[in-house]
Amino acid sequence: MRAEPACTASRARSLRVESVDGELPRGDLRGRDRRALAEVQRTVLYRRHVESGARFGPFAGYEMPIQYEGVLAEHRAVRERAGMFDVSHMGEIRVRGPRALPFLQRLTPNDVGALHPLRAQYSALLTERGTFIDDLLVYCLDPEDYLLVVNAASRARDLELLETAAAAEGHGVQVDDQSDETALIAVQGPRAAEIVADVVGGEAAELRYYSFLHQDGTNRMISRTGYTGEDGFEIYLPSERAEDLWAEFLERGRDVGLAPAGLGARDTLRLEAGMMLCGQDIDEETTPLEAGLSWIVKWKKGDFTGRDALARQREKGCRHRLVGFEVEGRGIARHGHRLTVRDAPGGAGPVTSGAFAPTLGRAIGIARLDCGGGGSPEPGSAATVTVRGREIDCRIVKLPFYRRPKRGV
Amino acid sequence: MIPDDRLYTAQHEWLKVEAGEAVLGITDFAQQELGDVVFVDLPAAGQEFAAGSEIGAIESVKAVAEIYTPVAGSVEAVNDGLEDAPELVNEDPYGEGWLVRLRLGEEGPRDDLMTAADYEAQLAG
Repeated sequence: MRAEPACTASRARSLRVESVDGELPRGDLRGRDRRALAEVQRTVLYRRHVESGARFGPFAGYEMPIQYEGVLAEHRAVRERAGMFDVSHMGEIRVRGPRALPFLQRLTPNDVGALHPLRAQYSALLTERGTFIDDLLVYCLDPEDYLLVVNAASRARDLELLETAAAAEGHGVQVDDQSDETALIAVQGPRAAEIVADVVGGEAAELRYYSFLHQDGTNRMISRTGYTGEDGFEIYLPSERAEDLWAEFLERGRDVGLAPAGLGARDTLRLEAGMMLCGQDIDEETTPLEAGLSWIVKWKKGDFTGRDALARQREKGCRHRLVGFEVEGRGIARHGHRLTVRDAPGGAGPVTSGAFAPTLGRAIGIARLDCGGGGSPEPGSAATVTVRGREIDCRIVKLPFYRRPKRGV
Repeated sequence: MIPDDRLYTAQHEWLKVEAGEAVLGITDFAQQELGDVVFVDLPAAGQEFAAGSEIGAIESVKAVAEIYTPVAGSVEAVNDGLEDAPELVNEDPYGEGWLVRLRLGEEGPRDDLMTAADYEAQLAG
């Protein structure tokens, strides 16, 4: 048997560490060879993961827990009860000063001016071509104080871009990388609110979606955000306090079935929820308009990086489109396979994310189609994907694949 | 425990040879490394394979493993139960989670197959 991470195109010669990202170095497990991981970083919660029986894999330069009990069980825990993720590898960049607001308005496409204190916003850093350098969250602490939460893989590049822009701005904007001293724990699922309220205080359960609170005593920030398609919270806190909080969540969440969950489940959860993974679905060749994220582009707020290119694309229409699809035949479409739409308007292109969707019980994916000038395919269009030389029937569907049921009143 | 009634490949497949037939599966180590199996792609009955050729694939949530046969032969039967219950590969890799049964060709198994003890030594090494 020769195994390889599902989203890697090249052939592996022997059994490999599972990976959730195709662009990462892969470690050879035979003989328990861990040399490939020697250079990578660990989060402050590493010991806790070992205690919980985690299996690790490389992700964005970190040795991260991929799974504990198993991806399917962890996925189910988050959909039905609650799961807890260590996502401390994410970057936190603080942007402060009297010029912070106009600075971020110019660097991101969403409208930071519309962001009230203690609210968060999904946005991006774009190239002049309007393509993604990174996607990110902007937290407004006050109109002169913001926290950007960025992907680990692009953190260095984001920081350089922000620092260069701040230097050009002169006085008035200060950029600080707080990633190393900040841990991030996500608690997600229908039972997350009661667990989080129990551990950090009842006011957390009162938070609206995409709002947050700051607790002075413990210096932690609790926001009602996530990357799973469920209700949930993300807790930013000083690294030295992360181990205790992790243990407290495990202890106090036990009664409602809180399970530690790894990046494997995080990937299937976010894919079912139709959320893009930067560096895989969206990258420097993809614009927000092509990705179905035109809502993060605010045309009325003035100039921002990439605006001219996006305006031209809006005028002319998008040649490339990210679309969701379901596999109807037997098989699983994976990153790098090719999807072809058979109904008009057609299109073809690589699958950017593909997996078996545990909640739906079938394989799903996102593909980046070249639609020529014909417009994007309609939901319901027939398509095929080629897997190991065989064509498998698929159907184009609207994103998201999964929407959480409304609970309570 | 690694059953000593069969042979093993360095790539974590097992082969049980009996009366001109061979049953093929993957080892417990292999299923653990793969994680939750969600799809098994098996050949059609009657298909012929040379030793060392790819006869199918096992997919877990996050990985794809190609399966190679260490013997030449034609497919007598495949494990149909895996279509609805691919998790049998995880739950019972040496039993209910078998993959294919081959009618052996003229040439026997490859000579680099290992005994259970050798395979165990490889895992420990």
